[in-house]
Amino acid sequence: MIGIVGYGSYIPRYRIRADDIARQWGRDPETVKRGLLLKEKTVPGLDEDTITISVAAAKNALRRAEIEPGEIGALYIGSESHPYAVKPSGTVVAEALGITPEVHIADFEFACKAGTEAMYVAYAQVRAELVKYAMGIGADTSQGAPGDALEFSASAGGSAFIFGKEKVIAAVIDTYSYTTDTADFWRREGAFYPLHGGRFTGAPAYFKHILGAGRAILKKNNLKPEDFTYAVFHMPNGKFPMSAGKRLGFKREQMEPGWIVPLMGNTYSASSPTAFSATLDIAKPGDLILLVSFGSGAGSDAFIFKVTERINEVREKAEKVKDMLTRSPIYLDYGRYAKFRGKIIMNE
Amino acid sequence: MPTPGYTREIPQRYRLEANKCKNCGKISFPPRLVCPYCGARNFEPTKLSDTGKIVTFTTIRVAPGRYAAYVPYSIAIIELNDGVKITTQVVDCKPEDLEIGKAVRIIFRKMYPEGKTGIICYGYKAVLI
Ligand SMILES: [Zn+2]
Repeated sequence: MIGIVGYGSYIPRYRIRADDIARQWGRDPETVKRGLLLKEKTVPGLDEDTITISVAAAKNALRRAEIEPGEIGALYIGSESHPYAVKPSGTVVAEALGITPEVHIADFEFACKAGTEAMYVAYAQVRAELVKYAMGIGADTSQGAPGDALEFSASAGGSAFIFGKEKVIAAVIDTYSYTTDTADFWRREGAFYPLHGGRFTGAPAYFKHILGAGRAILKKNNLKPEDFTYAVFHMPNGKFPMSAGKRLGFKREQMEPGWIVPLMGNTYSASSPTAFSATLDIAKPGDLILLVSFGSGAGSDAFIFKVTERINEVREKAEKVKDMLTRSPIYLDYGRYAKFRGKIIMNE
Repeated sequence: MPTPGYTREIPQRYRLEANKCKNCGKISFPPRLVCPYCGARNFEPTKLSDTGKIVTFTTIRVAPGRYAAYVPYSIAIIELNDGVKITTQVVDCKPEDLEIGKAVRIIFRKMYPEGKTGIICYGYKAVLI
């Protein structure tokens, strides 16, 4: 049996409310909140980035896996906000975790699906028997252009998953990927903020790929939505994942535990992985979980997991997603938020 | 900080790696070549505990350039669970949240970038738990 042996997340303490962003740009807060189903989003601290968030999430995954860091033979980090253009985030993260030098490292990028990409390759490395354990991380400190709709959602956080053959808490039953050339959202080299195709990001991008991957993996495994206890879909806003899930035949109760977007925002590469982590926080042995990510450009990775008995032994060994989201957040006004996110021009 | 020095200090800055004297058993952090307690030169590596408590602290209101964005912020002397004391910034809280004796966890954070184009330096800081 190959699957996840440890999982962990990290969510920064800072938040900004959708109300404050809406008022800053002269938009009606209620209309925005109703339209996107977002209340607030996470903001990284001044000293946090994809590297520090990855380290914090990975440490929580190690606490649950109860393995020596040195046993990890591969580390992959998916993000659209790697701090360096050239120098992998994984080099710093591996050093901080104490898993260097015998480790294979790569950084991944694929808009919001880079995290599940890292998980996919980590799983494949274990399955190919090249390493004993492999870690896949999705982490981001995403930015939306000031005043753009993305500014209400682009947030910060990370989740890490250690794959192996022993001590499995959620077995991988199957994987499936669905990818096309779709220009729904992009950022050219050197540009600070991304651009997107507005309404084009919906039907031909998000829904086409999520539904394509979801339907295919169900058919391939001869499973129906009612066979699953939970389902997790990438969450660019509050509405899209619920709508996609319903179109696939899933019910609200199956999606609710992972539907953390109203308080977290869209954590890009960490969005569906952290929703999956929140779902593992409450899952029981025997539960089937469907995870479908989406990354603009565009593609979806789908996974079917089956939870094992060991989940009950490891769950309490690290902080749960819900607790991280609700434990004494520090709210920023728009001015401090702009300072935190480097949106204010300063002298050197 | 010059880049080669930063790289050399990665084990202590990233992973709290210290030296334990094979003669007197005392821990040196940062690691030393000669034991400051007994003068011996034989050490074994050891990893410091990542939790401890605040011994004392102060609030910085006028900071040097690379920390200016953080003011007001707190610097604390922390006694780790293995008895070693370290001095570091306590983040993700207000200065008035700090109290002597409060429990902290050591975490991995960004210290500062070397200008706009240089390396990013990482290291340890603390948060209240
Ligand atoms: Zn000594």
